[in-house]
Amino acid sequence: MIAELGLAALWMAAALAGLQLLAGILALTGRGASLGGIVRPVAAVQGVLALIAFLCLIAVFATTDLSMKLVAMNSHSLKPLIFKVAGTWGNHEGSMLLWVTVMSLAGGFVALVERRLPEPTMLATLAGQAFVSLGFYAFLLIASNPFDRLSPVPEEGNGLNPLLQDLGLAFHPPTLYLGYVGLSVAFSFAIGALVTRQVGPAFARAMRPWVLGAWIFLTLGITAGSYWAYYELGWGGWWFWDPVENASLMPWLAATALLHSVSVLASRDALRAWTVMLGVVAFSMSMIGTFLVRSGILTSVHAFAVDPQRGSFILALLAINIGGALTLFALRAGTVTEGERFALVSREGALVFNNVMLSAILGIVLFGTLYPLVAETMGAKVSVGPPYFNPMGALFAVPMLVILAVGPMLRWRRDSFARVGRSLVIPAMLVAAGIIAMVVVGGVGLLPTLGFALALGLGWASVLPLKGRNLRRTPLPIWGMVLAHFGIAVSLFGMSCESAFSVEKLVAVKAGDATAVGPWQIKLDAVEPMAGPNWTALEARLLVRYGDYGKVTQLDPQSRSFWAPPQQTSESALLTRWNGQLYAVLGGEADDGRWQLRLWWKPFVPLIWLGGVLIALGGVLALLGRVASDLRHIFAREKIAYRRGRMADLQRAQEGEEP
Amino acid sequence: MSPPVRTKAPAWAIWLPLGLFLAFAALVTIGLFRPADRTVASTLIGKPMPAFALPPALPDRPGLGSADIASGKPHLVNIFASWCIPCRVEAPQLRALAGAGVPIVGISVRDSTEALTGFLKENGDPYQRIGADDDGKVQLALGSSGVPETYVIDGRGVIRYQHIGEIRPEHVAMILAKLQEASQ
Repeated sequence: MIAELGLAALWMAAALAGLQLLAGILALTGRGASLGGIVRPVAAVQGVLALIAFLCLIAVFATTDLSMKLVAMNSHSLKPLIFKVAGTWGNHEGSMLLWVTVMSLAGGFVALVERRLPEPTMLATLAGQAFVSLGFYAFLLIASNPFDRLSPVPEEGNGLNPLLQDLGLAFHPPTLYLGYVGLSVAFSFAIGALVTRQVGPAFARAMRPWVLGAWIFLTLGITAGSYWAYYELGWGGWWFWDPVENASLMPWLAATALLHSVSVLASRDALRAWTVMLGVVAFSMSMIGTFLVRSGILTSVHAFAVDPQRGSFILALLAINIGGALTLFALRAGTVTEGERFALVSREGALVFNNVMLSAILGIVLFGTLYPLVAETMGAKVSVGPPYFNPMGALFAVPMLVILAVGPMLRWRRDSFARVGRSLVIPAMLVAAGIIAMVVVGGVGLLPTLGFALALGLGWASVLPLKGRNLRRTPLPIWGMVLAHFGIAVSLFGMSCESAFSVEKLVAVKAGDATAVGPWQIKLDAVEPMAGPNWTALEARLLVRYGDYGKVTQLDPQSRSFWAPPQQTSESALLTRWNGQLYAVLGGEADDGRWQLRLWWKPFVPLIWLGGVLIALGGVLALLGRVASDLRHIFAREKIAYRRGRMADLQRAQEGEEP
Repeated sequence: MSPPVRTKAPAWAIWLPLGLFLAFAALVTIGLFRPADRTVASTLIGKPMPAFALPPALPDRPGLGSADIASGKPHLVNIFASWCIPCRVEAPQLRALAGAGVPIVGISVRDSTEALTGFLKENGDPYQRIGADDDGKVQLALGSSGVPETYVIDGRGVIRYQHIGEIRPEHVAMILAKLQEASQ
């Protein structure tokens, strides 16, 4: 019953998206101007219906209704409730429904609150949003219906991949989806502005909060995903240049570029065509990333449910949406009037430079992700890894980080390096000191050396924009920028230290034996069996001590066996200190009763994710600042309108008295 | 004093993103329709099957040990379970293979006699022997990570091919060919 309600809501939402598109087009072409009035309410109702459908799906997962095909395939009655609910979006159909729901809610929200843009641009934007949604509704209803029933009803479900039975991961995909789909709003704004040729500061201000919001979620999603891979996979690494990771990184790179160019457009009315193009590209990258992951075209290894029909459907959607938008861009960009000009050495110049660098890194990641596919069509099997991505990425990241240190201090329009040169003396000295220190230590690779040195310089330079300001009156967006740039320095410092100073050790020890890794003394006390709700495990008890006099702490890495579906995972154990993390993984038992232990000491590694959180927090400050000033403007306008109304009333009253 | 920067792109640059996207679309179209190679080379391929002995899963037929498979003739070893949905999907293909004279033995993972009997009644019964792998240990030892999976074992008990996921109708000919190869 609940499933049928959900399916009905989904069909109605799809129908309303069609209506929204039709009414928008008719109103724009002047054949039904009165229809324009229904577009906004229709968009809002469509969002609510999609939400109802999604809540219905959550309900059938929470109650493990095994007559539902999707539940039977992906859930299990023994799973803890939180993972039953999270299982809703841990599969193809459910995650697509989540995507559509977030997209429709975002569209409805824009329809209700955005009043600054000219009405035709707004109509074109909402029609564009409806067009994109309609494609995804069709995909859900035709090729991946989440509400299919199953007959006969099985006695038990298939279970959820144990790697996904983790609290961090339960909330990782929705976070990323909020980011991806937030960019869909930016995409629609770009389409709207191209249709009506009204690209300017008002358009940029309308788009900016959505880009900022999406970017915050993407930043958090990538940070969380990286930490999940780090502690859950038990390989000790934090980034693997895996296609799934790249799929989340590419939209982030595009959104970062967009975020900066939209600021230039909002405050200086420059970079019109470039901003519109990035608006199209950012969401295109979200769709391409999702396609690459979902179609199984790259990760064919264990994707049981890969269906070529689904792949072709998404590909057709991509071709229509992205191909259509880029064609519209190519046709219209030439007629978008040129924005304000600026000198090469100026705030705009620095932002353009970093935009180009970000785009270049994006191109490198995209190429590296697709290259195995290119090679495969030519008959070779290759995998592209860190030896390609790291140096190629650094080629553009290093100049970008240098300009990132300088750019925020430059003035708009026109400036000279001589003016800001003096404040950059200390950061430059820090960079030099960092390089010298690493050379003295010796044995550190080029990239970690550069990363370490640039992190020191950027850390200092990032707070310089606050110099000479009254800190209590500094606008929130400035604080946000400083915090985000400082976060990059923090993260970079963590990455460089991790790759320069990590110590790894693989040992086989008996209970009672001791070993050491880096500054840590480690003793294997015992290995004992444990039982959880849907797994059994062997748990090692390690007694660890930092240095010779540190406090003895207990660490319990596990080797877990899940039984639905049967799979073994290793639960690593982590001990965090201010200066790094100890990472322990329990391996198999050897014949002579010794246990394999894999141990790492990773100096400053938590800073990688702390930096990520700071970057996102910077985004939050900027967003709060923008929204607050938008609200102030709205209130001010209402107040003015109210006073004008009062004045008119008074005048009329006076005129009424006079005769 | 530096010269002002022109912010307007040349005409060709405006078409560049579309061109790049079309190249991408062409590439993935080729990739999508190329017959995908979904086999994962298990580390055990080309090696003898690990030794195991499983008790009977059903009272009416024997269980399964590694010695039963290395009996001079190629076998299919099908890892399945009554609770597994794709196993229902592949059942007709297994029946067809058994009809073609292929000896098929089963390893039923974490199953009960009643559920298994019901499953076989409903979906057909191609198995000569069924071993009960109640704790999934044999399944893990074979390098299998899920159900269903099917192994082609030659007459000496060496694993020749591992099929991950359900056997679809289009796979039957390929599996027969692998069995043919294994018998040489």
